[in-house]
Amino acid sequence: MSALIEVRDLQVKRRGQIALEVESLKVEKGDVLAVVGPNGTGKSTLLLALARLIRLERGQILFDGKQAQAESDAVYRRRLALVLQDPLLFDMSVFDNVASGLRFRGVGKEEIHTRVHLWLERLRVGHLLKRPALELSGGEAQRVSLARALALEPQLLLLDEPFSALDPPTRVRLLEDLGSLLHETGTTTVFVTHNLAEADKLANNMAVILNSKIQQVGPPAHIRSSPANDEVAVFLSM
Amino acid sequence: MSEIFEVTLLSLQVSGIATVISLLIGLPFGSWIALGKFPGRSFLLSIVNTGMALPPVVVGLMVAMMLWRSGPLGALRLIYTPWAIVIAQTIIATPVVIGLTSAALQSLDPRLQLQLYGLGATRIQMVLMLWREARLPLLAALMAGFGSVISEVGASMMVGGNIRGQTRVLTTAIVLETNKGQFDNAVSLAVLLLLITFLINWALTWIQQKGARK
Repeated sequence: MSALIEVRDLQVKRRGQIALEVESLKVEKGDVLAVVGPNGTGKSTLLLALARLIRLERGQILFDGKQAQAESDAVYRRRLALVLQDPLLFDMSVFDNVASGLRFRGVGKEEIHTRVHLWLERLRVGHLLKRPALELSGGEAQRVSLARALALEPQLLLLDEPFSALDPPTRVRLLEDLGSLLHETGTTTVFVTHNLAEADKLANNMAVILNSKIQQVGPPAHIRSSPANDEVAVFLSM
Repeated sequence: MSEIFEVTLLSLQVSGIATVISLLIGLPFGSWIALGKFPGRSFLLSIVNTGMALPPVVVGLMVAMMLWRSGPLGALRLIYTPWAIVIAQTIIATPVVIGLTSAALQSLDPRLQLQLYGLGATRIQMVLMLWREARLPLLAALMAGFGSVISEVGASMMVGGNIRGQTRVLTTAIVLETNKGQFDNAVSLAVLLLLITFLINWALTWIQQKGARK
């Protein structure tokens, strides 16, 4: 396997303070990498950096072996899709929401129609097609938000705690469905969570961020059995 | 009757053109202030907000001085023409549109920008989507902009001169009829002005509320 994303010597500052430092990080094609750590340690900052939505103080991000900085932001971002903690659906129908990213890319009408139907069905919300998006329940809205991202068939899917606002039964069902879809499509995914159970369920690799630095990267079972340092061990035991 | 029609038509044309120009300037400029991060942004917003309360007579004075035969733009020979009123009304409406556009976009969830970029939107696509999301308050900006110019009299009088058949609009005609003591005519024109303003705002409100119910 080859790395889809490679981060080298990255540093992000916020209000003069270091918000994130990453010496080295690779995400292989087809990997689902869970980024775990307590709140405020830089997990979401890493995701924003990967999406080029935040200014880097220094460092490089290689996408498929090429320097990401060489391309325009829009060209770079059109290889990925981002799902945030809140669904942030637009004030339009469910169909139009899922079609939005495809329209940004100038995809043809028929293709949009096919992909929107396909991904809403895959996320089990096909029946909501014509509903106003802002009238959906939290679980339905997050499914539509995931369909909106997956319909783009991105090379890289970035998920920022997409289940944290959901009630436990809805979260479990969505986690199972998303797990199957990611497995089926082989979409490379970076998934931020502070919930270790979610990481175990969805990811084949895990990166632990503490104090704005990546402390350890590896399969979840390996990190649990051999934490890199005391801080990681304490975090995993919490 | 034909004179009333002429005056009404000119009022609508002048204020309509001024509103459209103020939207063309105000929407992008207001968006830039709302979404941009640059030094002096708050100061600029304070100036715009002050501009929202700009007295029409002050605007009339400034425009008259600029367009006066001996003024810097006197060669254009625009003073006492409908275009002079359009210029003055544009200056009155533009800060209103900028200020309300800026407020409308700032009231949206700031993460919407990240979400739109995260779906591959270019900057222009992102701004267009935010306008769509803020369409109800933006329609209110349009109504406020139009309302501020269709009802003003000071600037129109000063730069238009209230010339019969050329620059007389509803508000200046009302002033003239009142000065002559022709209160019946003044009241009729005032009712007509109110009716037109109501009909236009009613149509815009209908569009706005239809959008709100969707």
